[in-house]
Amino acid sequence: MSSICWILLTGLVFGLGAVLLVKFGNPGNYGYCAACQLRDIAGALGIHQVATLQYARPEIMGWIIGAFSLATVRGEFRPRGGSNPIIRFLLGMMMMLGALVFLGCPLRALLRLSAGDLNGITALFGFAGGIGAGIWFLQSGYNLGRSRVHDNSVRYLGYLPVIGAIVLLIGVAMQAPFLQFSLKGPGSQHAPWLISLVAGLAAGVLAAKTRMCLSGGVRDYLLVRDTYLLKIYGVMFVAALAANVYFGLFKIGFSNQPLAHSMHIWNFLGLFLVGLAATLAGGCPLRQLILSAEGNTDALVCVLGMLAGAGLAHGLNLAGSGAGVGAAGQIAVLVGIGLTAAIGFLFREKMVALKEAI
Amino acid sequence: MENTLDLRGLSCPIPLIKTKQAMEKADCVQVILDETTPKENILKYARSQSFQTECEEVAGEYRITIRKV
Repeated sequence: MSSICWILLTGLVFGLGAVLLVKFGNPGNYGYCAACQLRDIAGALGIHQVATLQYARPEIMGWIIGAFSLATVRGEFRPRGGSNPIIRFLLGMMMMLGALVFLGCPLRALLRLSAGDLNGITALFGFAGGIGAGIWFLQSGYNLGRSRVHDNSVRYLGYLPVIGAIVLLIGVAMQAPFLQFSLKGPGSQHAPWLISLVAGLAAGVLAAKTRMCLSGGVRDYLLVRDTYLLKIYGVMFVAALAANVYFGLFKIGFSNQPLAHSMHIWNFLGLFLVGLAATLAGGCPLRQLILSAEGNTDALVCVLGMLAGAGLAHGLNLAGSGAGVGAAGQIAVLVGIGLTAAIGFLFREKMVALKEAI
Repeated sequence: MENTLDLRGLSCPIPLIKTKQAMEKADCVQVILDETTPKENILKYARSQSFQTECEEVAGEYRITIRKV
């Protein structure tokens, strides 16, 4: 298939899939979201105790199983890692904190915008700004060091994401007691698990095939004017917009949008933090999930950081809500931006002259 | 070869940035990679600049030679 076909197919699956998931029961503008859905998984596992945000979302399991399957079939499953995992854990936490202040990852920002939620524009500008700041650090020599292919028993860690996804999937399908399930609120609103899984599997395979990355799209354009990923987001936006209009889900404005608030500064800064942390981590929340499924243990550590970040954000009341962002959340975002910028500054290597490779 | 960059194991998009910076200073650069994503990114970048490229795969690693025309 030509690259234009992959662009169209990926955009259509993500755009239409997201809206159909809402039609089948997911909360408003919540078909796909790497951050919010991981946060709900964290709730299901008891990492946070917010009773309304607890459901092991099969969409995420589908992403992981789909990406793992594709990598295995193509011979690209190669466990590797060892590039400063502690810093990657922190960057994962920061990504989740920023996303939960805005109430969505950049993918959901685009999907919210396609349903008329104009807060998505503010957030996406912040996201692009964060990526720009991240690129500045990269061009200044920021580097967390090399990862290596695991050639010992550590390689089995590469299978953890897919094993975890299968266990969680069985748990959801059987309503297993080791998981918590919301009885009300967003966590109680979900499409039937099999539909969520199928939508996740399709999206996961395509995200892996196209190397889809929300921060990568902006970054590639800023660096080398490559628009391949941006075209996917364009198709996704148009497909979701058409589906939202068709199903009567389109409502334009800033206020009274589902699972959203209109504190513009914090929407901007929330996704600024996500853009900065994602650029320093080598990929957005979605991309980290896909990479972890392909055996990248650095990305797995980043995903674990995101789960911990969800626990922190809700445990300390830092996350945004329909009512807005509290003082603690505002301070946390500013501290998060400062900490992430400090990582970008401190992990710059001295620029090395061209030399013979070893 | 002179002007060889060992970019194995570096996170995206560091291989691309280092290649771009190297091509600003040299007419011919060879890069060594061990993942497909940076390989594709670098080839895309080279083509966008109308550079000549040669890519060979050896034991799961890629050697890309980029030349200014």
